Amino acid sequence: MLEIKNLHASIDGNEILRGISLTVNAGEVHAIMGPNGSGKSTLSKVLAGHPAYEVTEGEILFEGKDLLELDPDERAREGIFLAFQYPVEVPGVSNAQFLRLAYNEKMKHTGGEELDPLEFKDYLSERAKIVEMDASFMSRSVNEGFSGGEKKRNEILQMAVLQPKLAMLDETDSGLDIDALRIVSGGVNKLRSEDKGIILVTHYQRILNYIIPDFVHVLYKGRIARSGGKELALELEEKGYDWLKDAARETALAGAR
Amino acid sequence: MQATKEVTKEASDYVAAFHEQAESQRGKMPAWVEDLRGRAIEHFEMVGFPTTDVEDYKYTNVAPIARGNFQPASEAQAKNLIDGQTLERFVYPEAKRSRLAFVNGIFSSELSAIENLPDRVVVTELREALGGEYADLVRGYLARGAETSGDDAFTSLNTAFLSSGAFLLFRRNVSVEQPIHLLFLSTSSGAEKPIAAFPRVLVLAETGSEATVIEEHTAINDGDVYFSSPVVEIYVDDEARLTHYKVQRESSGAFHVAQTRAEVGRGSRYDSTTVTLGAALARHNINMQLRAEGSESWIDGLYIVDTGQHADTHSLINHRAAHCVSHQAYKGILDGKSRGVFNGRIFVHPGAQQTDAYQSNKNLILSNEARVDTKPQLEIFADDVKCSHGATVGQLNEEELFYLTSRGLQPELARNLLTYGFAEAIVQKIKVESIKRQLDEAILNRLHARLEA
Repeated sequence: MLEIKNLHASIDGNEILRGISLTVNAGEVHAIMGPNGSGKSTLSKVLAGHPAYEVTEGEILFEGKDLLELDPDERAREGIFLAFQYPVEVPGVSNAQFLRLAYNEKMKHTGGEELDPLEFKDYLSERAKIVEMDASFMSRSVNEGFSGGEKKRNEILQMAVLQPKLAMLDETDSGLDIDALRIVSGGVNKLRSEDKGIILVTHYQRILNYIIPDFVHVLYKGRIARSGGKELALELEEKGYDWLKDAARETALAGAR
Repeated sequence: MQATKEVTKEASDYVAAFHEQAESQRGKMPAWVEDLRGRAIEHFEMVGFPTTDVEDYKYTNVAPIARGNFQPASEAQAKNLIDGQTLERFVYPEAKRSRLAFVNGIFSSELSAIENLPDRVVVTELREALGGEYADLVRGYLARGAETSGDDAFTSLNTAFLSSGAFLLFRRNVSVEQPIHLLFLSTSSGAEKPIAAFPRVLVLAETGSEATVIEEHTAINDGDVYFSSPVVEIYVDDEARLTHYKVQRESSGAFHVAQTRAEVGRGSRYDSTTVTLGAALARHNINMQLRAEGSESWIDGLYIVDTGQHADTHSLINHRAAHCVSHQAYKGILDGKSRGVFNGRIFVHPGAQQTDAYQSNKNLILSNEARVDTKPQLEIFADDVKCSHGATVGQLNEEELFYLTSRGLQPELARNLLTYGFAEAIVQKIKVESIKRQLDEAILNRLHARLEA
């Protein structure tokens, strides 16, 4: 589904990603972990097409298509979704209006059936159950006045409505209390399926107790330092990220010898 | 040495037009009105049109108005320019039977509809009120602010050509449900020269009364060149509440220079929202007088301009008594090669303790060629007050745009949504659906239709 080959990306001339290669197949959940500044969030933003990042080398193929040729809105309509770490507030436009706009844009693109407000309302209230959101959220302005946890739930609601092929969750667990974490992870698990890929970007192992990944990758200084199964996350939890620095230093020393 | 003021050729054209009109109308107006007009033209002759050397007109060059060779509209000229069918476009359903209509500033009874208003509500042509049973009342208020506000040329010009307008009187404790729609239509079609319109409005809201007034300026044909220069004087007595909407959708070729002067009494509330969408050059002078304790005023506005438009708001909020509140929020959306000017002064007079004054001007710039000059000012001569002000000029936020496009929205739609969000606080204030709809269309490029369809 997704093939990243030797991806280099920079922002304002600073190289953040320094050669990432990663393959995600349909049905798989990949966790991307790593210390602050390792490039985790950058990877998800580059995949979604954030204009501030420049890809300097490498390629990204999504279902065989060159993703780098597409604008962010085109990527979204192709089935890429990014759940933001800091969702944006849009005053004056209700959640329901916004979601219907986005849904219908996608339907237009994929040849699906567009929904009128009434039809969409039914669809939306059915999808909202996935993240235990009640109807009052639908008439409120997008994210305006939402608590941190509500914003994250709203991101997963958008994912549930748009049903992307590949979803990237950027630190969706940060700032969530245990109840919100349970609801959000429960939502993601319900959306897991054989034909969908999920990339879970996280600093902490905690969310991986709820969403069990198939693969775990540890990013350090813009490269994948280690890949493994779900047990790698537990190892990180135990040892922290410091060993990465030691490993990197040893590599450097080995190079110097 | 005292500088002598040279009367320019442009000013003298208006003086000549005045004398011509005065001659033809001699005896038709009460003597005190003729006096008032005579003094006004003298004052105009003395001050002349302001130039950009004058601080208040530094960013707004009115030379095109001075040079425009505009002909003050006459009753004969303003007749039969619009039929009932065309009028339908301008009717607000909310004020279907509470409308006074004017063409080029001249009252039209055929286009007006006043029915079923409560007793003790007077909605009438000003010309009529100058002579009839309200003559003394009108005389007591009309142009009363001239001394305190140090009239500029445009107010004087309006008074000099005063011949028609609206007189609204809300008697003690009366409450009017339906908004009163003052519809000012302008056009130069059929005229030899481009038209100048000088409508005058006097609103008296007596103690305890409650009413809503919509003052709308619009064009019969877009692209028409004309000059419209209304003066609106408002008196809100103790414990009265007046809501005032000013909607300016003049022709894209028009010049609009407007004065709003409001004086509010003890415990009263004046809430105004100004929507500026039209005109090539628009200037709005607001003079607010909070003259007795415990009054509140909201003076908000939204200007949306594009290439070829210049919109200037100058406001002066006078806190003359203690315990008064004034809130002013002005927002501007500027696209293309447009220009916005905001100059807001809050003046807290000695003794106006416990004043609560807030003023903000926020601008959203959608193009590289748009320009804004904003200057909020505070002058405080009391020591126990709460005053704040601020101004911002910014562009759409890249992160916000990315968020919306990452959900599959086309970039243009994403920009429209964020622009709408920027204006939303002002739009929400408007309680008349018809005005709100006009705004939605202006802001969203008919996004509204896409949201609801």
